[in-house]
Amino acid sequence: MLYSVEHTTRYQYHELVSLCHNIAALAPRNTDTQTCRAFNIIISPLPEVLEEHTDFFGNKLYYFVIEQEHEELTVTVRSQVEKKIIADTTPTYPSQSWESVRDMLLSSTGEYMEVRQFTHPTDITAGNDDIKNYARQSFTPGKPLFEAAHDLIRRIYIDFTFTSGFTTISTPLSVVMKERKGVCQDFAHLAISCIHSMGLPVRYVSGYLETVAPEGKEKLTGVDASHAWVSVFIPGNGWVDMDPTNDQLANEQYITIGWGRDYFDIIPLKGVIMSSNSHELKVSVDVKRLEE
Amino acid sequence: MPDQPAIYSLLQQYIPALSSYNELFTADNTIRPDWQTFFSSLHQLGHKELQNRNADILRLLKENGVAYNIYNDPSGQSRPWELDPIPQLITADEWETINAGLIQRAELFNLLLKDIYGPQTLIKNGIIPQELIYLHPGFIRSCANIQLPGSQHLILYAADMARGNDGRLWIISDRTQAPSGSGYALENRFAMSSVLPELFSNLNVRRLSPYFDSLQQALTNIAPHNTDNPRVVILTPGPDNETYFEHSYLAAYLGLTLVQGNDLMVKDNYVWLKTIDGLEKVDVILRRVDDNYCDPLELKSDSLLGVPGLLQAVRKGNVAIANPLGSSIIENAGLVPFLPAVAKHFFGTDLVMPAIATWWCGQSKEMQYVIDNIKTLVVRKIFRNVPGTSSTIDGASLSATQTKELIQKIKASPWLYVGQEKINFSSTPSWHNGKIEAGRSLFRSFLVSHQDSYIAMPGGLTRTSTGENNFIISNQLGGISKDTWVLSANEEQEQPVSLQLNTDTLQHKTLKRSLPSHTAENLFWVGRYTERVIYNARLQRTVMQRILQSNRHLSVDSSGSESILLQTLTQCTYTFPGFFENTDILKKRDTYDNPWKELTDVLYNEKRSGSLSHNLSLLKNAVYSVRNFWALDTWRVLRQMEEEWDNAKKDSPGDHLRMISSIDTLNTSMFAFLGMNRESVRREQGWNIMDLGRKLEQVLYIITLLRSVFQVKQEEQAEHELMESVMIASQSLITYRYTYRDHLQLPLALELLMLDTNYPKSLAYLVKKIKRYVSLLPKEGKEMPLSDKKRNIEEADSLLKLADVIKLAQHDPDTMEYAALNKFLDKLYSLVSDTSVLISKTYFKHSQTQKQLFTANLI
Repeated sequence: MLYSVEHTTRYQYHELVSLCHNIAALAPRNTDTQTCRAFNIIISPLPEVLEEHTDFFGNKLYYFVIEQEHEELTVTVRSQVEKKIIADTTPTYPSQSWESVRDMLLSSTGEYMEVRQFTHPTDITAGNDDIKNYARQSFTPGKPLFEAAHDLIRRIYIDFTFTSGFTTISTPLSVVMKERKGVCQDFAHLAISCIHSMGLPVRYVSGYLETVAPEGKEKLTGVDASHAWVSVFIPGNGWVDMDPTNDQLANEQYITIGWGRDYFDIIPLKGVIMSSNSHELKVSVDVKRLEE
Repeated sequence: MPDQPAIYSLLQQYIPALSSYNELFTADNTIRPDWQTFFSSLHQLGHKELQNRNADILRLLKENGVAYNIYNDPSGQSRPWELDPIPQLITADEWETINAGLIQRAELFNLLLKDIYGPQTLIKNGIIPQELIYLHPGFIRSCANIQLPGSQHLILYAADMARGNDGRLWIISDRTQAPSGSGYALENRFAMSSVLPELFSNLNVRRLSPYFDSLQQALTNIAPHNTDNPRVVILTPGPDNETYFEHSYLAAYLGLTLVQGNDLMVKDNYVWLKTIDGLEKVDVILRRVDDNYCDPLELKSDSLLGVPGLLQAVRKGNVAIANPLGSSIIENAGLVPFLPAVAKHFFGTDLVMPAIATWWCGQSKEMQYVIDNIKTLVVRKIFRNVPGTSSTIDGASLSATQTKELIQKIKASPWLYVGQEKINFSSTPSWHNGKIEAGRSLFRSFLVSHQDSYIAMPGGLTRTSTGENNFIISNQLGGISKDTWVLSANEEQEQPVSLQLNTDTLQHKTLKRSLPSHTAENLFWVGRYTERVIYNARLQRTVMQRILQSNRHLSVDSSGSESILLQTLTQCTYTFPGFFENTDILKKRDTYDNPWKELTDVLYNEKRSGSLSHNLSLLKNAVYSVRNFWALDTWRVLRQMEEEWDNAKKDSPGDHLRMISSIDTLNTSMFAFLGMNRESVRREQGWNIMDLGRKLEQVLYIITLLRSVFQVKQEEQAEHELMESVMIASQSLITYRYTYRDHLQLPLALELLMLDTNYPKSLAYLVKKIKRYVSLLPKEGKEMPLSDKKRNIEEADSLLKLADVIKLAQHDPDTMEYAALNKFLDKLYSLVSDTSVLISKTYFKHSQTQKQLFTANLI
């Protein structure tokens, strides 16, 4: 299945800005389930410097600088991503308990480095007793890892209310946990924090969700902007993507940009300008099916 | 040589702790040979003389402005540096081992650093646990896989060492990102060799300068471009940083440019320094900013100390940073137990220097050991805490609850903690309150990369404490320093200290370097505040004296000169409402009934904007921000002035005559400061900018003064008093009498203060000077059209040339106002003040703050 994504970010400043440094993490990665067929990035005004490099987690980043005076910055990315159609049959997941997976990873040297680096919380995903207790209800002794994680995702979906504008990128999880509301990255961070509190690895995934719901199906939340979900490492299956915002395993409608330990490892677009004034931001995302 | 008993008399108070190693005496109670030599010299000096010399040292350090800033120190910006006149001695034999051990350690850390940010073979092979690196905040993921040039990435290394029970020096901790202290070590040596030269006799003390020569070479060698004459800067967090003194000291000593983050910018993948001539490429950065603060784009996003895009410039290989970003990963106490295996891996050998026994809690057995023995251990985080807080916890000092809490914390994130053996520091002779007592000491030595290996400073910074249990010594917690003497077996021919670097890099210094915008801005304000202080001081003095002399009762609507002068004081110091209209008539009456309350406040209240104390502190800050610009004598003058003024502030209020004399003293010091600068500052851009600031301030001040005093014509007596006061306040009375040999008349007074082109305090003279300085500013060639600032100052100049003093001195017969004069002065004021604003805008673009852009609306 081939998708096209168009993602536009526009900043409007309230004064002329003469220098602006940015990093965009907007190019979809190639994974086992997707191939990026085409990608371009259009920046206005034309940047004096545009460079790409790969970050620590293998994501492709674009660094660009506007060195002329400007009052508006627009970044548009267009990509075409081919998703593998996932067979309708449910894959089988091992019955290995989450504790044994944890111990296996902990005692490994070298071979699981890539996985193991995602075992520990960062500042924003740091846990507390509330979060740990919440996680324990899913991670009961001896439960297979997949089942436990899947249960956790479902519970977050049920227990938490999607509320746009209640949180910001720096709202601590303790607030989200207490108020039981937030947006996709809050739920992703919460799921990550819960899974870390059990001593297990989990990644934060940044990406998109198909805009138009297929006929007869309900439109999902998170379609008009970037989306975020989590990925849990299941030995034998590899990284399995789960979306606590929509209570489902990621299917072909999920287009991955990249991943990190949390939001701050893979911010879609960040920048630094020299200005004492505020700015306004507009984002639009359009994900379309090009061919079945 | 005196016999031992004579020396023993000096050492009566030296009672070393029984459990610790005695640096001074051997087991059979004889003094070790080098100490014997040292104390013989000391004995010859005599106890009394030593006390005098010790006072000299303190005075010298204070005058040189050697300071160590303490975060949140209520006592102010800096505290004086303390130096023990008794050095730390290290014998030639011992140094050989230490030297080899430190070099080995530096080489090891270099390889370790390259591996961590490169192939990570040590983790892959299980030699180092992954969590020890990945969970340390110094592991900067964006620095991984950046190809740095050269075989040596670690340029600077410093180690803290202490002598254990066995008499050997043990490594206590390692510094690998921006080691501080080398400048203090140099200053200590300088102070010792100038105040106590006798003590160096008969001991071959090794020189420190080879280290600094190598440092300069190393910085030049890592320049990616422009290798024969690279622009090297020291990046400092700024004057509030605890070791800012050292940053400016090293900048001056090594001939480097001292910059803060906002002096630099990244453009076209290069780093540029903003100078008043435009942008200049920077090749090498010696950083004193912690790595996470260096780039708000890719690292800590709210840091205001860094340069957005710096990491990208590094990635493109266009700038070299010493030490490279990410090197704080090596400052990791958890690495200590793994280092022997790392040494085996890289060198196939053991470590030469022993390190203090350390257990990393990230391993379950080790964690259990630490928890079981917590009372006898020191617990530390694997990384250093926030500056100003202690990251080391003495298990023995904890209560039962605290211990439990700590154990909980360790269990929650065991990877972040180590337990360390508590070692008994050795006892070493220390000068304390006029006696020689037993102290404990911690020694830091410094290494710099040199020809594919490293070179260690033969000496370093020793800090001591005389407290019994205070085994945690660090600059941040206070402590007294010692010079460290590494002794040489052979006689060294050179002097113990050299203030001159003997490399061929000297030639670089003669090359023209543009003035950084930030420095220019500060110099400009040094000029402006200097004159603001001087003129305000004189005016305040004049007004106070007039009030003292006047027997008249002051009232709100009195027509006497006093109320006009009081209002002029408010106007010129800009301390409204002051003596001006107060809507509360009672309050106003009160101000006039007792003007001294307000006069005192405007003089001494540092918190009040416009007060003399306030302006003085602004001047001090501006001077301090361009620290490396001033001669040492200048510091002495400033320190003295500060001290005298502080005393006056305490003692004088209430005593009107003393208040006046404190102003006199202040102004004498201000003129000494000016004189010192006139003698010692090169007539270059920096001087021009500073003097330009002075002249602008003078012009604006004189205009304000005249405008405020001569608004309306007063009766003859009052008018005379006002003229006299203006002449005294501008220190022109004598000149007036000498020039005109006449009683005071307004036209003549205005002629002298405004139009006399031969009188350095007249507006005409000053404006002509300003015109010249403006034409010397960069990018201000002779070409047409004139820039705005030039046009402004030209206009002011011709306005003064064409002025008719007789007309200006005439008042309107109806309103009695000096309308012509005021109109003229208003016009002049706006021209000159616009000039000042335009200069700031063109050359000092520092006002912009940095802002983050985020895509905030994820769904």
